Amino acid sequence: MKFKKILPQFLTLLFIVLIFGFFTMNAQENMDTRGIEFGFGFLKQEASFDIQFSLIDYDGSRSYARAYLVGLLNTLLVSFIGIILSTILGVIIGVARLSPNYLINKTASFYVEFFRNVPLLLQIFFWYFAALRALPMPEDAPLIFGSSYMTIKGLYTVAPVWNNFDVFFIALIIAMIIIFFFNRFAKKKQEEEGKQYPKFLISLGIFIILPASTFLIGGVDLSWSFPELKQLAKTSFTYEGGLGIPPELIALTLALTLYTATFIAENVRAGIQGIGKGQKEAAASIGLTPSQVLKLVIMPQALRIIIPPTTNQYLNLTKNSSLAAAIAYPDLVLVFAGTAMMQTGRAIEIVGITMATYLSISLAISMFMNWYNKRIAIQEK
Amino acid sequence: MFKYLKQLTSLVAMVAVLFTFTTETMAAKKSKTLKNTQKKGFVRCGVSQGLPGFSNADAAGNWTGVDVDVCRAVAAAVLGDANKVKFTPLSAKERFTALTSGEIDILSRNTTWTLSRDADIGLTFVGVNFYDGQGFMVRKDSGITSTSQFKDGISACTNIGTTTELNMRDFFNSKGISYTPVAFEKADEVVAAYDAGRCDTYTTDKSGLAAQRTKMTNPDDHMVLPETISKEPLGPVVRQGDSVWEDIVRWSLNTMIEAEEYGVTSANADSMKTSDNPQIKRLVGAEGEMGAAFGLDNEWNLRIIKQVGNYGESYKRNIADTGILPDRGPNELWTKGGILYVPPSR
Repeated sequence: MKFKKILPQFLTLLFIVLIFGFFTMNAQENMDTRGIEFGFGFLKQEASFDIQFSLIDYDGSRSYARAYLVGLLNTLLVSFIGIILSTILGVIIGVARLSPNYLINKTASFYVEFFRNVPLLLQIFFWYFAALRALPMPEDAPLIFGSSYMTIKGLYTVAPVWNNFDVFFIALIIAMIIIFFFNRFAKKKQEEEGKQYPKFLISLGIFIILPASTFLIGGVDLSWSFPELKQLAKTSFTYEGGLGIPPELIALTLALTLYTATFIAENVRAGIQGIGKGQKEAAASIGLTPSQVLKLVIMPQALRIIIPPTTNQYLNLTKNSSLAAAIAYPDLVLVFAGTAMMQTGRAIEIVGITMATYLSISLAISMFMNWYNKRIAIQEK
Repeated sequence: MFKYLKQLTSLVAMVAVLFTFTTETMAAKKSKTLKNTQKKGFVRCGVSQGLPGFSNADAAGNWTGVDVDVCRAVAAAVLGDANKVKFTPLSAKERFTALTSGEIDILSRNTTWTLSRDADIGLTFVGVNFYDGQGFMVRKDSGITSTSQFKDGISACTNIGTTTELNMRDFFNSKGISYTPVAFEKADEVVAAYDAGRCDTYTTDKSGLAAQRTKMTNPDDHMVLPETISKEPLGPVVRQGDSVWEDIVRWSLNTMIEAEEYGVTSANADSMKTSDNPQIKRLVGAEGEMGAAFGLDNEWNLRIIKQVGNYGESYKRNIADTGILPDRGPNELWTKGGILYVPPSR
């Protein structure tokens, strides 16, 4: 009886192992006959190509491993910004979809239906090529907010120049730790004595005052570097100094955010609508204010419905960011699975590493969201 | 007695080995690619996704270009019909994988011959069908007329997965100029971004610049700078490990170049059979056994010249008459001041 139970599972496992074995053998044999070597030694070789945009120190004299890291960080950057912005926009649109105001309601519906039904790659091309052509050349760009220029070559804005940044950073971390313990203390007080503190205001105060005090006593200093127009040739200009954000990053972030926000908006709408009307009425009847109803009764329950499908959207956004290759944003696919693969010819190794990387990023996001989901789930007693 | 018998058998064996090496069937047997090609009835050829003059498809899907003609020459030689070619458009990134994985049998896609590509990744370059070099394109109204006018902060659009990215770095580093590379996956997007003003200059092989210039909104607003910053010998590539196939592709290309040298054209090839010059007679299959070593008949080279034409005809048809690069520059025969020089067919 037990044997009968195990046999199909054993056969499945054997089948999978055999298939993997077959493909490995086949690849090995083909690579041998074609004189292709397998190995990861190439990662230490000099990359000898430059990358447009990098969060860490990089130039072509660094190794392929370093180029991989640059691509990975660029992927993480665009995914991170995209996730934050699409969540904010998604929640706003989702709530707007439920607004009793006809105009707000219909605008939100139109937005959702339009952006989620146009292929993402087309949207990326639209923002990059159509919107880019509409932007002014650097020399014609108007000044925005007294400090920035939006041009065809990117957004040039002020960059902070720090002195003793580490002191400021440590103060920031200490502030966060204090806020964490304060909130725990406040919660305990409320449970034991029913006393309520203005938690948000006090937290905000700590968050601002403590780091700000380092300017006075910690020797921290902050100045700003402004972009300045520089002439390259008779009709060719660029900006120097300040912070330059490439148009590729802007277009990609915009497209990913607008696209993913539509799905998140639908999740939010569904989550709120999934909570029975009775909950709201019951909460109101015990004297909670409308904002307390939303914060303490509706949202905690709605989040349980919203989180799992939204996790999927975060994963999608991260994976979709690989479309960056089409518009020259140097992400993992363009830098590593593109240029590095071409220069080294190590297709199997590089595609393998790239796949493993995306898998790891996705699993990490998934694990975090599962942890969060579990934390906010109703604890059955 | 036994002693002699032993020597006799070894002699017979040696003769047998020699014999099998010289028969044509043996060559065909040795080349898996040739056998497969003849069985399928078409040559599988990897080309670009659209580079006028080199490999470009018209609205009806007919491919033309000097790179395309190399594949057509091979088809004429091994299958007897220059039209029996299946073209696979490939990006710079895909091209080598497509060849090493066996999806195509010839890669004829403006590919630069370099040491690392030849030695490292299971490829063999068989020759050069276009001598090129990397250059820069700029807008005419920028007033730039030489790369010496480039300044710090210049942005340069190009393709990924090409030697261009590496040469560009070498060039700007040696001049001590800081630059922003903007690298796209496809050539069409590079053209669109440069045309829109995203970059101050567009860099790739000069032939590519000349060809892509025709795709700009106003081609006359742009110019290619005179400097050449690298050697880019472009040529067809085959998989490593099939030396017969390698030889067929190499000598198909050589035949086209040599035919031009001896004045054999698609129009006069048949009449050249009665030429007094034995070298010309060998080129049109009227003398010697020039196809046997490949496992081909004797008129394989005649078919190439008749159906595809010689190198000069191919260049004129695809590159000169289309206005891409009317001046042949280094791609002129060695007898006329260029550097096209191929070993003799004999």
